[in-house]
Amino acid sequence: MATQTPITEVVDLTAPKPPKHLWLEVAHDWVTTVDHKKIGLMYMGFALFFLLVAGFQVLLIRIQLFVPNNDFVSPEVFNRLFTMHGTTMVFFVGMPLLFGLGNYLVPLMIGARDMAFPRLNAFSFWISAFGGILLYFSYIGSDGLYGAGSAPNVGWFAYAPLTSPAFSRGNSTDYWIIALLLTGIGTIGTSLNIVATTISMRCPGMKMSRLPLLVWLYLVTAFMVFIAVGPLTAAQIMLLFDRFLGSHFFDTQAGGSAVLWMHFFWIFGHPEVYILVLPAFGFANEIIPVFSRKAIFGYPAMVAATVGIGFISMSVWAHHMFTVGMGANANTFFVLATMAIAVPTGIKIFNWLATLWGGQIRFTVAMMFAIGFLFQFLIAGLTGIMLSSAPFDWQVHNTYFVVAHFHYVLVGAILFMIFSAFYYWYPKMSGRMLSERLGKWHFWLFLIGFHLTFDFMHIPGLLGMPRRIYTYEADRGWMIWNMIVSTGAFVQAVGVTIFVYNLIHSYFKGEIAGADPWDAWTLEWTTTSPPPAYNFAKIPSVGSRRPLWDLKHPEDPDSNYEFNDSTADEESYR
Amino acid sequence: MSTSAVIPNEPSGDWQLPSKGIVGMVCLIIAEAAIFIIFVVAYIFYLGKSATGPIPRDVLELPIVTTICLLSSSFTVHAAVSALRHNNRKMCSIWLAATVLLGSIFLAGTAHEWYHLIYARGLTIRTNLFGTTFYSLVGLHASHVIIGLLMLSIALWFSLRGEMGEEHSEKLEVLSLYWHFVDAVWVIVFSVVYVFGR
Repeated sequence: MATQTPITEVVDLTAPKPPKHLWLEVAHDWVTTVDHKKIGLMYMGFALFFLLVAGFQVLLIRIQLFVPNNDFVSPEVFNRLFTMHGTTMVFFVGMPLLFGLGNYLVPLMIGARDMAFPRLNAFSFWISAFGGILLYFSYIGSDGLYGAGSAPNVGWFAYAPLTSPAFSRGNSTDYWIIALLLTGIGTIGTSLNIVATTISMRCPGMKMSRLPLLVWLYLVTAFMVFIAVGPLTAAQIMLLFDRFLGSHFFDTQAGGSAVLWMHFFWIFGHPEVYILVLPAFGFANEIIPVFSRKAIFGYPAMVAATVGIGFISMSVWAHHMFTVGMGANANTFFVLATMAIAVPTGIKIFNWLATLWGGQIRFTVAMMFAIGFLFQFLIAGLTGIMLSSAPFDWQVHNTYFVVAHFHYVLVGAILFMIFSAFYYWYPKMSGRMLSERLGKWHFWLFLIGFHLTFDFMHIPGLLGMPRRIYTYEADRGWMIWNMIVSTGAFVQAVGVTIFVYNLIHSYFKGEIAGADPWDAWTLEWTTTSPPPAYNFAKIPSVGSRRPLWDLKHPEDPDSNYEFNDSTADEESYR
Repeated sequence: MSTSAVIPNEPSGDWQLPSKGIVGMVCLIIAEAAIFIIFVVAYIFYLGKSATGPIPRDVLELPIVTTICLLSSSFTVHAAVSALRHNNRKMCSIWLAATVLLGSIFLAGTAHEWYHLIYARGLTIRTNLFGTTFYSLVGLHASHVIIGLLMLSIALWFSLRGEMGEEHSEKLEVLSLYWHFVDAVWVIVFSVVYVFGR
């Protein structure tokens, strides 16, 4: 799509450097970089690699469940597969993908030259990456002294007392703990960086009330990371003490409590879902307006809803534990808190719909994924409301209904929005457009595969099929549903393969993008594609939420319409 | 051609934003506070649930002197920062040295207490739930004291060599925030472990 208003004034003052030929030079450049864009790209590359790994694992799982009484993999391997699939997808795909995009976009969007602490940024990336490598090293390293262990096999939430030394021999669980501890440190470091960047590095005029919504969402996400990842770190330290020093935190024989681990884990685990979904909302907030050719509807309501989600999400964790027997009062509290979170989320959905309403919608691949996100997130939210009701949850707890629900959120909402973000920002990152033709193949295949898999996965759940079972008997009536689900998984895999091919192919052969291929409105599109190392030769200054609109339409700038009390300028930028 | 995106209605006047060092340290403190809260919750949750002895009332003594030392070190580190702000390098060194000394006394007090508990009272991290939660909570705090002392010692080293001036006062302030946090955590730990939980 050509730029309609060629007004963006792009400056790249970099003196042309001799190209680096030795791969060692290139590698040295990447390993030692503190540039937020390169670190962001490394985050994304790392996460995409693990996306393929964990996707491959789930294909093995789906082959195993395709027919009853299958023995494609052994039960032990099956346990490792679902543990590694869950752990990898949450900690080494979801988080690094979102932090990679955040790293890349936040400084560009607020008109800064880098993150607040560039070296901390590099440290956070490398320690997270090291955690991921350590997790997979467990396949060969965790035999321990017993010769008893391989990859972790305790499930991604690793309930006690299964993780105690008596039941989890060898070092597999230790690898799981330390990998998560390390990536937790990296996560907190990057979040700290995002907050400090957003608060302290904004370009002149970028008041908090003018921040792009994506940056607002990353800010709230980062605060949630502090409050949520801290407890995970604490719980992992306790588990390490239990396993290595012989303490009794989760040792039920000495009076320790297995339920305490559940609480500690889900105090992290549920906010984590919102930590993953809020950046996806952020992408939607940028992409839907641009392709509807309208400013976002209800900016202040969006910010308020985000902060509201942040607060409420801290008090819903025990809805994962309705079957534990917490008592009527605790159950009621968590039912109501969980239902309450649907209110700010609903506000967001209505705002996106109102943004689409009356707009000149352009169905690019990015927009198609965003629209898919909108509907699928709604359905995911509706099954969420069903599960938030304790009596219903008692019936379907730990069944495939729950698995279908949270995959609807993680795949149908978050992954769809991540794909959308790739199609939208890939031109900025690489300088070339992703192929729209291949993108449409990717979209439709992935959409069909997604619905085959996760729509039909609800049914065996309602029929009582528990999650994490290795196989099932033929007379249960689950076979047909599992066959459909497994077929859909392979359709999705084909879609993802096309996506990866598109990423690589377009990098070399794609159409040259130019600075502003989408005729967009935020500051990252004022730079060249890809941006120079310093982002902005001269720090820009902004007067509204859509600085590029103002630049392209000086006769009718947004600042005429937004609330803009110039006398309050001095006080309100904080 | 102009060299940047100049946008209509751009703001006038000074554009000042909060210090990134202080914002970063506040973020770190929030994250660390979340970790401490979990350990405190575990301590309170397991109070009185130990299957065997000893129990807190039998073995714990109020660490009054060391507590006074640690809490007063908050004042000395604050004095060091304000001395540096007025470019009074000598007083800054003196106050920093006092802070390191007071922190070290606290740490020595904890070491002495642990030695007594382990060898005289037979309480280790494996003994019972009280030992488990006590050593991990107090130990987590003590490890933060050690980190703070190391950083304060580095600051003292620079100060003594005359390499720290007024321009570094914000960095010292960031460090002092961390030290205040370590002290504030001790107020919580002291109240929970030695006052209400005993």
